[in-house]
Amino acid sequence: ASKNQKTPEDTASSLVCFGDSSRMIEIQSQMSERALELLSLPEGHPCFLLDVGCGSGLSGDHLTEEGHCWVGIDISTAMLDVALDREVEGDLVLGDMGQGMPFRPGTFDGCISISALQWLCNADKKTHSPPKRLYTFFSTLYSSLTRGARAVFQIYPENSEQLELITAQAMKAGFTGGMVVDYPNSTKGLDSDTADRGVPNQVQFSGQRSRFKNMKGKSVKKTRDWILEKKERRRRQGREVRADTKYTGRQRKPRF
Amino acid sequence: MKLLTHNMLTSHVKGVTKGYPLLIKATEVKVSEVEFNPQFVSRMIPKLEWSALVQAAEEVGHLNDLPTELLPDYENNEEFLRKVHRVLLEVEVLEGSLRCPESGREFPISRGIPNMLLNEDEA
Repeated sequence: ASKNQKTPEDTASSLVCFGDSSRMIEIQSQMSERALELLSLPEGHPCFLLDVGCGSGLSGDHLTEEGHCWVGIDISTAMLDVALDREVEGDLVLGDMGQGMPFRPGTFDGCISISALQWLCNADKKTHSPPKRLYTFFSTLYSSLTRGARAVFQIYPENSEQLELITAQAMKAGFTGGMVVDYPNSTKGLDSDTADRGVPNQVQFSGQRSRFKNMKGKSVKKTRDWILEKKERRRRQGREVRADTKYTGRQRKPRF
Repeated sequence: MKLLTHNMLTSHVKGVTKGYPLLIKATEVKVSEVEFNPQFVSRMIPKLEWSALVQAAEEVGHLNDLPTELLPDYENNEEFLRKVHRVLLEVEVLEGSLRCPESGREFPISRGIPNMLLNEDEA
């Protein structure tokens, strides 16, 4: 880990952070697993998924592990070259998410995106407005998903305005859904250079494409989603809560 | 680029209404072995534009005996599913380009990765 570790978007040479730090790989790995969990795909069903900002394919590997087929899209040829060298199973596409998803309607059963969405929030000299790019991204993504499919985004929000901007454009594009906030992990194990920074606040935004009004906002009571959300609420309240595992919310055998 | 992905790719250039299917010009094609999952293939079939798949297979020289029309009751036809599996997941275009049928705009493919980046005026 380098000194004064900032989030990747603050530095010009952001590629280094994800590619060769074993700690970042570990974090990415955890986030990918979490994202996949939040996708709530039916068990035992191989699905066709989209990984937005797939980079070197770290998150894609998790999709492959779960038996899914995936397409990854990223703007960086350097990162995609690493993915090729790592021989990832997913098909890779070079593209800019702010220009829209180049796929036919109803293509994907789900979408994950790890640490990519915040790139759309930065206005660089070449681009037009972040809201426009965000909307272009979300609206084309929405259409490329099958009905009822979910898109799960893991992001490091800079501030609440950024979060609001993202949410607003996603909703405008038709997504309903909510925010799951994972609080920073303890600074155990980090060296003194990075201890003050810790692990950045993470936010998982899970947007579900839905045409049914009653699916907006809260989850149906007693479903796995509801259980996960309730556990998050209780964690925020500072209560002791069991870790989320694959057994969470699983159907139990009927008891006599 | 697998033909499954190709079947889903469209041109998203501003102003283009019929940017699908993209015409394949392949200079290098690779065939590899991918584990056959009949359930997955069966589920993908309804999502496919069948004629575009047939056209693509032909363009890369791997049409073989793939039927030009979808067979009814394909879910139980293992032989058919295997043919579809081969064309969808085992044939990859490594080098070449994709051409928009409406505008003629070409998207190059390099190392199996199609370049869908748009210019300023196209976005």
